[in-house]
Amino acid sequence: MLELDGLEIRQDDFTLRADWSLAPGTLCAIIGPSGAGKSTLLGALAGFVPLSAGRVLWEGRDITGAMPSARPVSILFQDNNLFPHLSASENVALGLRPSLRLSASERAQVEAALARVGLTGFGARRPAQLSGGQQGRVALARVLLQGKPLILLDEPFAALGPALRAEMLALVAGICRETGATLLMVSHDVSDARVIAGQTVLVADGIAHPPQATEALFNAPPEALRAYLG
Amino acid sequence: MTSASRRARLLALGFGGGVATWLVVLNFGALGAVVWRAEGFSALRSADLAAVRFTLVQALWSAALSVALAIPIARALARRQFRGRALLITLMGAPFILPTLVAVLGLLAVFGRSGLINQGLEALGLARFNIFGLHGVVLAHVFYNLPLATRILLQGWAAIPAERFRLAATLGFGPRESFRQLEWPMIRELAPGAFLVIFLICLTSFSVALTMGGGPRATTVELAIFQAFRFDYDMGRAAALALVQFALCASAGVIAWRVALPAAMGGGMDRPVQRFDAGGTGLRLWDGALIVAGALFLLVPLGMLVARGAPHMAGLPPEVWHAAGRSLTVALGATAITLGMTLALAHAVLALGGGRGAMLEWLGLAALAASPLVIGTGLFLLIRPLANPRDFALAITMLVNAGMALPFALRLILPGLRAELATHGRLSDALGLHGLARLRIVTLPRLRRPLGFAAGLTAALSMGDLGVIMLFAEREGATLPMQLYRLMNAYRQDDAAGAALVLLGASLALFVVFDRWGRGRAGT
Repeated sequence: MLELDGLEIRQDDFTLRADWSLAPGTLCAIIGPSGAGKSTLLGALAGFVPLSAGRVLWEGRDITGAMPSARPVSILFQDNNLFPHLSASENVALGLRPSLRLSASERAQVEAALARVGLTGFGARRPAQLSGGQQGRVALARVLLQGKPLILLDEPFAALGPALRAEMLALVAGICRETGATLLMVSHDVSDARVIAGQTVLVADGIAHPPQATEALFNAPPEALRAYLG
Repeated sequence: MTSASRRARLLALGFGGGVATWLVVLNFGALGAVVWRAEGFSALRSADLAAVRFTLVQALWSAALSVALAIPIARALARRQFRGRALLITLMGAPFILPTLVAVLGLLAVFGRSGLINQGLEALGLARFNIFGLHGVVLAHVFYNLPLATRILLQGWAAIPAERFRLAATLGFGPRESFRQLEWPMIRELAPGAFLVIFLICLTSFSVALTMGGGPRATTVELAIFQAFRFDYDMGRAAALALVQFALCASAGVIAWRVALPAAMGGGMDRPVQRFDAGGTGLRLWDGALIVAGALFLLVPLGMLVARGAPHMAGLPPEVWHAAGRSLTVALGATAITLGMTLALAHAVLALGGGRGAMLEWLGLAALAASPLVIGTGLFLLIRPLANPRDFALAITMLVNAGMALPFALRLILPGLRAELATHGRLSDALGLHGLARLRIVTLPRLRRPLGFAAGLTAALSMGDLGVIMLFAEREGATLPMQLYRLMNAYRQDDAAGAALVLLGASLALFVVFDRWGRGRAGT
């Protein structure tokens, strides 16, 4: 279970508060107007943005001060999720061993992860030699291999077309179901949220509201959501 | 702040602090040692005051002439398209890595006592002229810095948006109006910076003054320090001169800090600006003449040197090859030290950020105004109580060379590291890439290009440097530039030309090998 206990982020005159928890295995979307603090919230959970107050707990353990790599978290950013000078296999292998010194069985794991996202035989290619969708798959293979119980997506597929994006999200959902991981994903597209996320967090007016059932939320949108949806 | 970034920050600050401390020792401690060991100053003689005056006068002339000549040449290059244009512009980057003595020998082949021009004058029954003295020093400095100034200004021309020239064409601007409205504002912005950079470089001129100067009437402060230290062993005078030199460099450095110094390394010069106002035949001829004259000024001396030295390379005495080996060691050592220091300093600058980061960056760039001779003298005096400084001649040369190359390396690497942190910093943190693994897997491969270029520059600069080593000059243990200087002094002109070619070849080869390495498998 992910718990945000009186979480507060202050940056100059910007404030974001959150005080809720998320059941394990939940697929949860984060929506809200741009600049509301969706990415900031994910950054705080991943350990990049300091809290001014409150705690973040994972299964009862306080991870507020933990370094990003020591958290039970995999994160994909909007872009730059792959190192352009490393091959697809190496990029994936970083999820297993940051030193890139792999045993034979670990190399097999990398191959398996690439196979799981449909990239068998693409391991030697550099990101520049892959399409946008394939690059997204490589990043997902790494997330899969990291095996962390909490996956954060900061719109890594925003640059893809609608069909490709839906395909990638289906892949994410499949990975979460297989591993039992919890997912928090920022989304600009309401239909993305509806398709894969059972729960949705609305971020608006300095508050990340507690997660609600996605369908119910969109069927009876509160005032802040109505303003955002227009 | 998370503990990850805290630890990385501490690490960066630790290493960066070490480098910063070393730089302070190098830039200020050495001066302190000179003053302390001098046990009081000797009064400056009138010859020393003349050296101060000469230093300023030659630096002013060199900077002014370089910039003044660079303006029409850069303008001509900017608006003309011809075969070999890209090659010529590339060649203009070469003086950076051209050893001073090689340039001097080339210039002497043209302007020297029995050079091309004097031969011509004699054939016409006219009196020969003597190149040594103020005009010789200025000539050598212009040879070096005219290409630098041209490249800086050429970048300025390339930075004027093409739309403005199109607008000028629709408004019916002629060359005169274009110059006043479009080009002059750019020149006014860039020229002071170019002038200051060249002025600073010429302020610490040592080997040019040593070889092209004409005795006491044409001695720079840097050269006077050397003479006080080496010939008179008058430490009081050396200390007083060192303070004078430090004051000169520091004030020029402070002025330079207030004027944005332009970079001459960037790209964007390979494309001529399309112009609509420069089609006249007279202008074409004028530009063509300028370009040809500029190219001849650079190429003829080097061509003469190659023609003269090539037949003598095979028969060079073995000392030359031994010296070449020592110089190679010094160059490679200095390169390793420079890259290490630059990486540590760059990480610390970014970890500190803000004003304190800028201070640290400034400390790294301050070596641009430092005097190698003062630093060398200081290190000599610091070591003397502990050991024989002459045993450390090569090591000290290596360290001083590394310090001299640091500003250039920092200029090249810091922006790359900053960009890399911005694009992949969080990803590296999220994946737990820290310390050496991060350096090996991310930083070094991503910065390969600027690292290769910086390494090439450092190696070539160090290979060709004739500075501190002269303080420790012994029969044995000479570097190649020093050996070359001896050959020149002994009037063994053929051997000197051959050795100069070896030096030129080694410097170029070092630069090309490192730069190629940087370009290979560039991480896209």
